[in-house]
Order: sequence, then structure tokens, then C-alpha cells
Amino acid sequence: MTVRRGAVGAPAPRVEGLAKVTGSAAYAYDRPVADPVYACPVQATIARGRVVAIDGGAAAGVEGVLAVVTHREAARLADTADAELAVLQSDAVAFRGQFVGVVLAETPEAARQAAGLVRVEYDEEPHDTELRADRAGLYTPEQVNGGFAPDTDEGDVDAAMEAAAVTVDRIYTTPMLFNNPMEPHTSVAVWGDGGDEGGGGPGEARLTLYDSTQGAHVVRSTLARVFGLPPERVRVISPYVGGGFGSKGMPHAHNVLAGLAAMAVPGRPVKLALTRQQMFSLAGHRTPTIQRVRLGAGADGRLTAVAHEVVEHTSALKEFAEQTAVGARMMYAAPNRRTAHRLAALDVPVPSWMRAPGEAPGFFGLEVAMDELAQACGLDPVELRARNEPEVDPESGRPWSGRHLVRCLREGAARFGWEERAAVPGTRRAGRELVGLGVAASTYPYYRFPGSRAVVGYDGSGRYTVRIGAADIGTGAWTVLTQIAADALECPLGAVRVEIGDSELPPATVAGGSSGTASWGSAIVAACHAFRGAYGTEPPPGAEAGADMPRDPDAERFAMHSFGAQFAEVRVDADTGEIRVPRMLGVFSAGRIVNPRTARSQFIGGMTMGLSMALHERGVLDHRTGHVVNHDFAEYHIATHADVVDVDAVWLEEEDAHAGPLGARGIGEIGIVGAPAAIANAVHNATGVRVRDLPITPDLLLR
Amino acid sequence: MNARITLRVDGRDRPVALDTRTTLLDALRDRLSVTSPKKGCDHGQCGACTVLLDGRRVVSCLILAVACDGSEVVTAQGLVEEGEPHPVQRAFLEEDGFQCGFCTPGQICSAVGMLQEVKAGHPSQVTDDLTGPVTLDDEEIRERLSGNLCRCGAYVNIVAALREETAPSEETSPRAETSPSEEAES
Ligand code: FES
Ligand code: FES
Repeated sequence: MTVRRGAVGAPAPRVEGLAKVTGSAAYAYDRPVADPVYACPVQATIARGRVVAIDGGAAAGVEGVLAVVTHREAARLADTADAELAVLQSDAVAFRGQFVGVVLAETPEAARQAAGLVRVEYDEEPHDTELRADRAGLYTPEQVNGGFAPDTDEGDVDAAMEAAAVTVDRIYTTPMLFNNPMEPHTSVAVWGDGGDEGGGGPGEARLTLYDSTQGAHVVRSTLARVFGLPPERVRVISPYVGGGFGSKGMPHAHNVLAGLAAMAVPGRPVKLALTRQQMFSLAGHRTPTIQRVRLGAGADGRLTAVAHEVVEHTSALKEFAEQTAVGARMMYAAPNRRTAHRLAALDVPVPSWMRAPGEAPGFFGLEVAMDELAQACGLDPVELRARNEPEVDPESGRPWSGRHLVRCLREGAARFGWEERAAVPGTRRAGRELVGLGVAASTYPYYRFPGSRAVVGYDGSGRYTVRIGAADIGTGAWTVLTQIAADALECPLGAVRVEIGDSELPPATVAGGSSGTASWGSAIVAACHAFRGAYGTEPPPGAEAGADMPRDPDAERFAMHSFGAQFAEVRVDADTGEIRVPRMLGVFSAGRIVNPRTARSQFIGGMTMGLSMALHERGVLDHRTGHVVNHDFAEYHIATHADVVDVDAVWLEEEDAHAGPLGARGIGEIGIVGAPAAIANAVHNATGVRVRDLPITPDLLLR
Repeated sequence: MNARITLRVDGRDRPVALDTRTTLLDALRDRLSVTSPKKGCDHGQCGACTVLLDGRRVVSCLILAVACDGSEVVTAQGLVEEGEPHPVQRAFLEEDGFQCGFCTPGQICSAVGMLQEVKAGHPSQVTDDLTGPVTLDDEEIRERLSGNLCRCGAYVNIVAALREETAPSEETSPRAETSPSEEAES
């Protein structure tokens, strides 16, 4: 069943927009709480070893300090199976920057001064933080993120490469990357025994957390397990979230640290906001990748072999295996295909999700390799991709629910002025600048995760409230869910109020995998239909009905992915190598677009992050200390205004008949996928220099 | 060491006693519960904490509150007049110049301060004529707002909002995107 068109498809302004532009929107730290205590963490200054002594005496003597908590004082957690969350449970140090203590004080200044006075002595062990493809100890994980098999092997890649008329066999690398949402990870924790927000009976320990998270429910269930509480005695509140891009998709150590610290001052809220510097060791990151891509093709460019083999790191403390090569399994038709993931477990912080895990780094390697193949075959890169369109998903053999990559490429080529691209690299010049155009394909899977429930209530006077514990991290979910509910209830947009961002609301899956609109939205559609089914169009005030997200049988029968074509123009100063990107255009096929205004922002936001990945971002690990040395915005550069000139996105008007009641496949991540490759390919077209290692910096272009 | 100071914040006198190490940002957020300015880095590197201090835009995380005794501080919240958002705030809404909204109060204060600087004729790094009045084209806007990071990547919409907001007169030249040499090329 599809929903009536009306609000869905209209460019509704953000429902929370006014609160955001005036600054009255209260993020986790901003929530007014009575009598707060300020927490300042103490971090390990070695990358591996043991804490042998801690002297908190000087710290405790600072005026206003309430407690110094280390592994000696901290309460024992009920569940330490997740080693990242086993905070202050032992003397072991697994990476530099790990929490070894926390200081609580009446003011932030006192807490910070005292944290600096905590003396920690270590028994240091040799550490290993360096990723290389030829290093010992690489292993095959049981599965990679998303539950995919680590390796696939179809046909005979080696024989096909041997026999191919044209081949590409190259190594591509991407660096350690950091999500860096603008709002640092924050948890304000308070233990009570039945306070206003916590509810419940007296004498029962209850934890309330004002948190910056992409999923209030997953934080609640995880912390309940870790602290040994029934989930209903943990409440997580997070209506406003200052970005996340995956790093707030799962609880991290600071959530547990805030909970542990707050035990020292029961009844008082403990405010813990990571600093920007601390985020580089404690808020997740994207692993560096070393990707070997092999392509074999006939002289006509038709692929006979695709191999994508990746070496990347994880933390010795906890495994996270980025699915970098998974996209190569479905992208192009080739009878012989191989993908592989090998991990090195290093003494590094715990990696986790960062926007489009897998596809974002993987499509740098794959799509630059495709550009190299086009060059080797003397084919236009758009044409090369069109020639390698698979009829069905090469991996599963399933039909596509809608694969319109070639339309995106052709539409983009026409809009972007692709015919102006110089056929011979390095031959187009404008004054001091070398001008080049590049293209890359992008894709992202359609995910819809089970576990969401929505409840619709009638408030009287024509007004409805829709409740679901979802999250809007800047995606526009608040607005989009309001639109979906209005259409499903067949009422005006203004008649619906959506409540999200609180674990007291019905369960919702995490805002991740570009799955929110499809997952939560279909639960809302089902709840609205249940409501109308029960009460018709004249409900009594107080009427309420709920529904779980319905199953999605088509997801089993079809290969469902969004696609896109990314175009970039670059200008390279011939004397200095300075790289500018005056234009980017993305053309996407993502099913139905629920809100063109917020969707465009998501697409161009992803593309902008892709530009940043292409030219600016690189985390530098000092292997002598295990420290990310460029751990702030002065050293770890992200794109700013001056870097971003004209980034635009358009999309095909369509509806995926198999993608649930909304026909929408999700848009949050695809914008970053392929964008760095499009820029790298444009740099090659401008200069003739092929850069295979991100970021692309001027020194690489000056030969 | 503690000190007693009075800040005039968004039109109200706010006396406060604080540790002399307290930044203006922390004084606003932790002592006065004025949370419209945000803390993105605490090191002057992101612009999220931008406020107008005696009419000039500043990153409030790099200023000690004690140095601001008697000063006038305007935050994004204070730009609202009689319930009406400031024209720059309206333009941000119109152009969807934000997503998560965390950098937004800082972007808006920075933009309001920047427009004043332009009006006063302050040149920037990309201003060609250092003596004449400044024409606020896209390149000028981008240059002058580059101290305000937005990880959501709302930059093009923010520039569109300010273009909208600042393009009243006909004679203002729109943009200088193509260099003369590029035109000569074709
Ligand atoms: S918080 Fe002040 S500049 Fe970042
Ligand atoms: S709107 Fe999210 S950082 Fe700018």
C-alpha cells in the first residue's frame, strides 16, 4: 500500500528550524539541570600496558573537587562483554587516550585543573599501531560490518586477468578519518530513585542520560545491560543532536564513564562533554584502508574480472571490520569477481561507523580504477560504466528493484557539460590553472531495520501526536516523519506533531545506514492506518493506536540499492599545485524523495564531506607514541566555506515500488560515496597525474 | 580566584561571580544558562561559539569572561526582536542553511557581524580594491565566513541565504566565478 501524495514530496521547511536558528534548541549539554557536577576525564598517555599507580591526592585537594574516580574506585559493571564499554574495570591500557580516570568538581575549571594533577604511573608494553599490507598477523574476520561475508570468490580472477586485453592492477589508500560532528559527544548522567524524568518507585536506582545520540533506544538497552538494570530503569533523552555521521550510532566509552562518575554524586547530574581532542581517541573513526583493485577487460572495455582486496585495521580491544570491498560485489557485471578483507588488530582506538562505512573508502579505489581502465581502453568513463551495467545483481542473481545508474550518468553528463572534458589529460588550461573534469559512480544499499514501533494519538481539535523514539541528527527526520504521518492520516501537515528523541517513546532503530525514513516511516504509516482502521475519521480525543514496522517481503526478492553519478570540476594551479573544486554535481536515484529541501541538503552535505575527504582529511598516527597527533580542527582539516563553491544535487523522479509503502530508499550516505573518486579523476584529467592515495595534496601534483 | 562581573547579555544585565579562568563561552553556557552559543572545539577553531561582543563578532571560547565586565553580548537568541527572527535567521530558514543546527547560532552571529564589517568597508583577503566600498559577492561571503565550520556541509545554502539577504540593489555585481582568462580560452 502506498500513501497518498500531499505533504510527502513537498519541500516542507524543518519543523524545528526556528529553534535551531535562534539557538533555543537544547542539545544534550544545554538541557537545564539542577545543581550540576562537571566531569573531566583523565586519559592514558601510553598506547599499551598497565596502570601501576595513580595518585589523585593533589587533584582531590583542589577546591571544588568532589571525587576522583579511577579503576580502583569505580563500581564493577554487570556486563563487560563489550570491551570498549568496560570502562575503568581494570588497570589495562589498550590504546593511547583510553579513559583511566575521571575528576568531578563543582566547576568545569576546577575539574580540568584537577584532572591535570592526577599522576598516573604505567608499566608500558611495546605497542603496534602501524598498518601495512605486508605486515605479519593479518587475519580474516568472521564477518564484516553489516553482517557480510569477508571474502567472495566467483570464477577465476587470476586466469581472467591473465587473458584480459586490458588490465588495471593498482593499490589505493585512504587514511584514518574522523567523523567530527560539530557537537562533541556529550552525556549528562544522573542517578536517582524515581525523580521527575526518571519515574518509577522510590529506592530503585535509575539512570537518566541527556545524551547526544543517533539512537536513544540503543543507548538505553546497552547501558541497562552494562549497569545491570532492567531497561525501564534507564532513560535516554536526546531531542537535538549536533550531527553524528555514525559516530553517535552506538554508545561509546564516555556514556559509561558518565554513568560511573554520576554514581559518586547520587542525585546530581554529571556533565561530561568530550573535548574535540578527546574525540579523536574515544568517539570512533574510520580505519585507514589499503586497497588492491584489479580490473580485467576486453579491448571494448567490457569487464571480465573485478577484484577488490582490502587491508585495514581494527582495535586490539574490540573488532570493527569496515566492509570496504562489499560494494564491488554488486557494482559491475564481470564473470570473475573476488573480494577480500584482511585486518590487523592494532593498539589503536576503536574504529566504528563513519558515513557510508564500506562504500565511502571502497568507491575511492574502485572508481579511480574504473577511470584508469577507461583511459587504458581509450573510452569515455561514462561510456565505460554504461558498458558494464549488470542486468541482475551479479552477487545474488536477484533482479534490481530499480537500477538507474546509466540514467544518472547520462543526465549528469548533459547537465554538467561533460563534453567539455579534454580527452587528453593535462591539456586544458585557463590562465595559471589546469582544468579537469571527473566522474565516478556511487551506490548505497537500501536498509530497513526491524524493531521500530509508532503510536498515533488524537489530541482533540483536529490534532494528532505521533510518537516514536527516533532521532533527527540533522537529516530532516522530524519534518519528514511529520509529512509521512500527515499523508497517512490524510490530514494537514500542521495537524501533526511528532515526538522523537526519548527512550520513553516507542522503540525505534538507530539513525544509521540511511534507514531512518524507510524504517520509522513505514512504522508510522502502519500506525496511522491502524488508527484510522480503529477509529475512522472522527476519533474521540485520547484515541490511540500503534503498529510495528511491517515486514518487507520484497527485500528478500530484489537487489535494492540507490545509485548516483558524481561529477567534479577541478582547477589546479600549475605553479603551486593548489587544488580548487569550483563545481560538483550529483545525480541520484534513491527512490521517492519525501522532502526535496532536506533531501538536497543531505545529498550536498554528503558530497561536501566527500570533497573534504578528497582534499583535506587525514588522521596522522605517530607510531612512536600511538597518538593521533593532529587531533583538532587546526590540524585535522575539514572543508570550510572557502573550499565549497558550487555543490549541487538533483535526482531522478521515481518511486521504488518494492521499497515499502514510501518507495524511498534512503539518502543520508550516498552523497559521500564516489565524490572523492570524482575529484581524483578530475585531478588526473586536469594534470595527467594519477593520485591513488587520499587526501590529494598539492605536493603530490608537483613533479 | 573569583571575580564579580556584569555582562549585558541579549539586552539584560547579568551579574555573575566566576572563576577568573572562565571563558566568556563557559560563563554564558555554564553560569548564565545562555546556551545559544555552542562549544565545538573550545580552541577558536570552529566558530560555533561566535557571539557579538560590543557589536563585533568574536569566538567566545577564546576570551576570558573577566575581560568582558560591562560589555554587551548578543547571541543568536538575542537577535530575535519582539518574537521576530532576524532577517539573517529568516534567510537561513528559507535556504535550509543548516542541518543539525549545532554550528548555526555561530554561523548566524558571524554572518551578522560580517555584514557590519562589509558595511564599514573592511576589506578581506579576497578584496581586490582595498580602498573602495566592498562588494559582497559569493567569494567574499565564503572567505569571510570560513572561520565557521559546518560538518553537515550546509555551506552552499548558507551562502545562498546571505546572497539573498544582501542582494537588494541592482548594481551589486553578482559573482565573479569565471576568470577573464577562462573566457579568453574559449
Ligand atoms: S568553540 Fe569557540 S571556536 Fe570552536
Ligand atoms: S548544521 Fe550541522 S554542523 Fe552545521
